[in-house]
Amino acid sequence: MTALPMVRSENVHKSFGRVEVLKGIDLEVSAGEVFCIIGPSGSGKSTFLRCINHLEKIDAGRLWVEDRLVGYREGGGKLHELRESEVAAQRRDIGMVFQRFNLFPHMTATQNVMEAPLRVKGESKAVVRERALTLLDRVGLRDKADVYPAQLSGGQQQRVAIARALAMQPKLMLFDEPTSALDPELVGDVLDVMRQLAEDGMTMIVVTHEMGFAREAGDALVFMDGGVVVEAGTPRALLGNPQHERTKAFLSKVL
Amino acid sequence: MTSATSADPTLSRRPEAIRAVAVRHPGRWVAGAVVLLVAAMMVNSALTNKRFGWGEQAKYAFSAQILDGVRITLVLTFASMLIGVLLGVVLAVMRLSPNPLVSRAAWLYIWVFRGTPVLVQLIIWANLGALFPQLSIGIPFGPAFAQGETSRIVPMLVAVLLGLGLNEGAYMAEIVRAGILSVDEGQTEAAAALGMSRMATLRRIVLPQAMRVIVPPTGNETISMLKTTSLAAYVPFYELLFKTQNIYTRTYEVMPMLIMASLWYLAMTSVLMVGQYYIERHYARGATRNLPDTPLQKLRQRMARA
Repeated sequence: MTALPMVRSENVHKSFGRVEVLKGIDLEVSAGEVFCIIGPSGSGKSTFLRCINHLEKIDAGRLWVEDRLVGYREGGGKLHELRESEVAAQRRDIGMVFQRFNLFPHMTATQNVMEAPLRVKGESKAVVRERALTLLDRVGLRDKADVYPAQLSGGQQQRVAIARALAMQPKLMLFDEPTSALDPELVGDVLDVMRQLAEDGMTMIVVTHEMGFAREAGDALVFMDGGVVVEAGTPRALLGNPQHERTKAFLSKVL
Repeated sequence: MTSATSADPTLSRRPEAIRAVAVRHPGRWVAGAVVLLVAAMMVNSALTNKRFGWGEQAKYAFSAQILDGVRITLVLTFASMLIGVLLGVVLAVMRLSPNPLVSRAAWLYIWVFRGTPVLVQLIIWANLGALFPQLSIGIPFGPAFAQGETSRIVPMLVAVLLGLGLNEGAYMAEIVRAGILSVDEGQTEAAAALGMSRMATLRRIVLPQAMRVIVPPTGNETISMLKTTSLAAYVPFYELLFKTQNIYTRTYEVMPMLIMASLWYLAMTSVLMVGQYYIERHYARGATRNLPDTPLQKLRQRMARA
């Protein structure tokens, strides 16, 4: 018996208006795996990531997180859309880190981290505060606890954003190009935090341009282009010995 | 060696500081002279023209009737702004609702209340009894549980508050909507990804950030409302202008009384402007790295230095 995959995608399609950005995505992410997605811009990799927590609605196919369909419920041979509150409940277990951080600018770092556990889970303030400070310590920003996002560097903001997502104690973390908006010298700190997270056994799906991170920390790697998965494999195999022409062409430009 | 000189500026040969002849601004002197001349003419007129009736003004400015009018004007201003702001938030949220009926209902409300003169609305509310002599609460098209005379249920104060507040709600709705739309979409997405509900996101994440855009025009609206309350004098309702008119119909000192009322309005709007400054500053938190000092803080620093 094989364990249930954390994420399973079957023939997922998604269009924006007339443009089809996902043309049938099939893949599986196992629990505890660091799953990296690379590909040129416009390949649909970010859109696919956003489908996993239902920030985008899929048009066709099926998408599961563990045993639950994302955004829908099956009953009587039909698909039923989930209510807003049910979608919100699904998202609680899935952390997401955005390219542009999206920290709440009117709250301090600690308040950012505490907001969701307090308001969404209704946990006690003392417990949440303790956890927030522990998490800020873990991302190396214990001394910035009472600082507003505008006073932090991009790399520091992204690390607070990671702490904010972790505060909900998710079982899956989605990273949407977490280092693409950062100055080169700040990328390392964020990747270090992500590597640490991977070592702790977190299931992570990472859309990235950081081939070094994918090679060292990744367990699986897919190359997407034109809305389809062109090639999948272990990072070492895919980066070291790409089979497909499009993969070769892409890698020759970024490596 | 260049590295030595850049490391120790005292050793480098620093050129003499520039001492240049400053640019002349003859225009400023001309403008200053004109302004001074006009100001002198105005002061002279105010002092010598007996018809300003300064003594008369001083006599009535703090009389019981006028102070009562001032009090009523302030009550009307804040109560109708409160109605307007609350209604504006509700209408703005309705307009942005995914439910098309709710959104259109809000649009219709704004269309009607923004598209008709507030004076007309005030008079209609004040004379509601002419349209509905009786008001009742009950099942629509069914029996009524309670009913009564319209003039008893909607006294003049309530009519004026409804007139001003419901009209203001339409304007505030547009201001709040602009504020909500000004908040980056990434904020809503981040909140959604954390599992926050639409309402919690609005209340905790979007509205606090929208405040920075909402507050300045709301300050304007409040100042504007303070003056708009004077329309209630024609309903008629006994606010500041009405009280002022009461006095001059007796004494025939029309201009002195109107100037006195204007000075009262000016004083009240000035106080509101100070309040607005501090509220705006409060909501700039997190948006700017360092808030500028308040006038009071600047004064304290100057005193400490001296």
